[in-house]
Amino acid sequence: MALVEADSSLRSSAERPGGEEGASRVRSVRGAPFSRGGVGRRARRPGGTDPVSGAVFPHRLLPFVLMLPELAVVGIFFLWPSAEGVLESVRESNAFGLGSRFAGLANFRAALSGGYLQALEVTVVFTVITTVASMGLGLLIAVQVEQVGRFKGFYRTLFVWSYAVPGAVAGSIWLFLFEPHVGPGARFLGALGLHWNFALSGTQAFALICAMTVWQQTAYDFVFFSAGLQAVPQDVVEAATVDGAGALRRFWRIVFPLLGPTTLFVVVMDVLAALFGSFAVIDVISQGGPGGSTTTLVYALYRDGFQNGDVGLAGAETVLLFIIAGVLLAVQFRVINRRVHYR
Amino acid sequence: MPKTTNGRVKVAGALASVGILAGACGNSAGTSKTAGSTIASSPSSTASAASSNGPINLSIWTAFNGTLGQTFNHLVDEFNSSQSTYHVTATYKGSYSQVLSDTIAAFRAHDAPNITQIFDAGTATIMDAAGTYEPVYKLMAQNNIPFATSDFVGGAASYYETSSNHLDSLPFNSSTPVLFYNKTELANAGITSPPTTWTQLQADADTLSAHGQHCALTSSGAYVMWTDMEQFALWNGYPYATNDNGYTAVNGVKLQIDTAPFISHLSMLGQMASKGQYLWNGVSTSTVPLFTNGTCAMYEQSSADLSTIQAGAKFPFGVSELPVVSGDAAAPQNTVVGGASLWVMAGAASDTYPGDAKFLAFLMSAQSQAYWASNTGYVPVTNAASTLLTSQNFYATHPNDQVAVKELNNKRALPTTRGIRLGYLPEIRQAEASAIANVLSGKQTAAAALATAQSQGDSILSQFASQYGG
Repeated sequence: MALVEADSSLRSSAERPGGEEGASRVRSVRGAPFSRGGVGRRARRPGGTDPVSGAVFPHRLLPFVLMLPELAVVGIFFLWPSAEGVLESVRESNAFGLGSRFAGLANFRAALSGGYLQALEVTVVFTVITTVASMGLGLLIAVQVEQVGRFKGFYRTLFVWSYAVPGAVAGSIWLFLFEPHVGPGARFLGALGLHWNFALSGTQAFALICAMTVWQQTAYDFVFFSAGLQAVPQDVVEAATVDGAGALRRFWRIVFPLLGPTTLFVVVMDVLAALFGSFAVIDVISQGGPGGSTTTLVYALYRDGFQNGDVGLAGAETVLLFIIAGVLLAVQFRVINRRVHYR
Repeated sequence: MPKTTNGRVKVAGALASVGILAGACGNSAGTSKTAGSTIASSPSSTASAASSNGPINLSIWTAFNGTLGQTFNHLVDEFNSSQSTYHVTATYKGSYSQVLSDTIAAFRAHDAPNITQIFDAGTATIMDAAGTYEPVYKLMAQNNIPFATSDFVGGAASYYETSSNHLDSLPFNSSTPVLFYNKTELANAGITSPPTTWTQLQADADTLSAHGQHCALTSSGAYVMWTDMEQFALWNGYPYATNDNGYTAVNGVKLQIDTAPFISHLSMLGQMASKGQYLWNGVSTSTVPLFTNGTCAMYEQSSADLSTIQAGAKFPFGVSELPVVSGDAAAPQNTVVGGASLWVMAGAASDTYPGDAKFLAFLMSAQSQAYWASNTGYVPVTNAASTLLTSQNFYATHPNDQVAVKELNNKRALPTTRGIRLGYLPEIRQAEASAIANVLSGKQTAAAALATAQSQGDSILSQFASQYGG
C-alpha cells in the first residue's frame, strides 16, 4: 500500500504545484482554481474506477505475461526469503550453520523469554511517541506555512530539508551535537541543570533517539500534509467562513476531516518508519543501549541474527515482527477507515 | 473509487510492504545458505587458478587498524618477501565482533578467508563448532612443523587450549589488563605509589578529590566487563562460571556472577561513579581520552593500549598491576590473556593449507613475536620470544611492558583461573554491559543488576548448549 498511496498522493501534489504558485495569487481574488481542480478530479473519476473491464486484451495469457516481472520480483525478493525466514525459525544450528536440526517452537520460546518483551515495550512507546509527535508537528507546520504569503517555497524547502538527510548521517550529526562531554547540545542541557549522559542513562538515550526520529519524520509528514492541504476545496472553507465559523472551528470541522486520507497514510508511514526505519539512527547513536533502553524489535533482530549469529532466534523474531506489524496495520485500516472520508 | 475496495487494496499492499521489510531482515538466514550451495566450489577454483600462474593467495581477516595494522602488515610483508610460493593479504574487517560475525557469514556462504582472527570471547563459539576450522596443532603436524602447547607462555596456552591440552588455534595478539596511572596527578595529591588494593584505590580517590582531581579511575570502554568482571575474577581467584568457567563442559554451565565478590566490586564502582570518581560512558565510547587528557588519574585498560597511551599522554605515566580485593588471601592469583587467536578455516583449497601452516609458523617465531611485542603493548606468546626479549634487555629498559607478563605468570593457573570458556560470551558481555550501565547510572543496585545479567547469561548459555552440545 505504501507505494499505491504514496503514488497517488504524490500525483495529487505533483499535479498542482506548477499552477499552484501562480494560482495562489489568483486564489484570493477568485477562489476558483481549487474548486475547478475538484471538478476535474470528479470528472476523471468514472473512467478511473474500473479501468480493467474497460481495457481489452487480445489474448488470455497476455495479462499474466505483463504481470510476470512484478510476480518475479515479489517471488524472489519477498516470498522466497520470507519462506526461508519461517523455515529458520523452527530450526536450530550452531552459529556457523552446522548441525542444523528441527527445533519446534524452541526459538520462539527463547525469543519470548529473552529481552524480546523489553524490546516490544520500547518499540510500542517509541512508535506512539514518534508518530504522535511528528504528525502533530508536521500538521502544525504545514498549516502555518500554508498561511504564509510570500516565502512559502522558502519555508517549505527549510522544513523538508531534514528528511533529505540520510538516517546514518543525521545520526552522526546528532551524536556530535549531544556527545556527553564536548557536544554543544550536551553543554546547553548541562547549563539548564540537566546531567546529560545518554551513554549511561537509558531514558536520555531513548529521548535522544525519539527527538532525532521526530525531527526527520516531521519533515516527511509536513510534505504530505502540505500536499493534502492543497486538495482541501477552498469553496467549502469559504462557505464555513461565511457561516461564521472561526479559524479553529474551520480547521477541526472542515479541513482536518478532509485531510483524512492523508492522515491515514501518514499514520501508516510513521508507524512503519518507527518499526523499521529507526534502525540506522539507533545503530549510530546508541547501538540499542544502554541497558536495552533503545533496543527496538528490529534492532534486537539485527543483534541476534547478524551480530550474535543466532539465525534460528532471529528467524523466530522475524516471524513475530511480521505478525505484529501485519495485525497492527490491519487494525489501523479497519479502525481509521471508518473515520476517513474519501472524496 | 469505492471506499471498501480502496481500503482492501491498501491493507493488502501494506502487508506486502511490511513483508518485504521483514523478509529482507529474515533472508540473511536463508539466502546465504542457498547462495552457498551454488558457489561452494569458488574458493578452490580461485586458489588453484592463482597457483598455476603466480603465488597461491592466502587471505587473513583481522581487527588490526591504525598503528597495530601497520605493525601487523609489516610482518605480513616480511613473510611475503621471504618466499614466493604464497602471498598473504591481510584485510581489516572492523571490530573483533565484526570479524567474528563476518567470518560466520562468510563461512555460511562458503567464502571464508583462509585464516581469521577470533577474539578471546568468541573462542568457544568457533572451537565448539567442529568442522568449521582445521585445528592448528594437527595442521602443524601434517606439515612437519614443530608445535607444542608448551611452546607458549602459560596465560596464552591455558586460555586457548582444549580440554585435552591441544591448541586448535594459534594464540596471537595477547594482552592483559593493567593499571595505568598519571604520575603527575598522583604526586600532586601526595600519593607516592599506585594503589595495590581496591580499598586503597578508594582512599586514593578521596585524596585526589580533595586535591581537585575529581575522576580517579576509568576502565576500558568496550571491554569493562573484561577488566572488571572476567579478569577481576581470575586475578582475585573467584570462579566465574560452573564447570571450571566452562572449560570442562558445554551442557549445564551456569554463570556465577551474582555472587558477593562481583556485587561488592560493582557497588564500589557505582559509589565512586555517583561521586564522579569513576567514569565510564558505555561500550561504544572510548575511555582512552579520559586518561590521556588528564580527566581521570588512573586507568584500567589492556596492556595492548600502551603504545596508544604513550602517543597521547602529555604527562609521565606508570603501569602497575591491577589492584586486588583487600583481605583476599589468595589474591593476586593470575590474569589471563585477552586479545585474539588465529584460526585456519575449513573448506579452502587443499594447496592453501601448507601455506597457512608456514605463515602461522612465521608469526610464532621468536623474531616475529619479539618484533610484535616490542612494537605494541602485547605480550610475546611464546617462551622463546620472551627469552629473546629478556636477553635483549627489553624489559629492563621497558618496565611498563613487563607488568602484563608478570600478571600472566604471577601464579600457576588454577582450574578455575585458566580463562573463561563460555559459548556466546560476546552476548553475555552485552548483558553484563547493561548491568554495569544500570549500576553506574544509579538505576539499579549491583545485586539487582547482576541478578538480571546472571539470568540473561544463563539463558544464553542454555541456548548455546542446545545448539552446540546436542
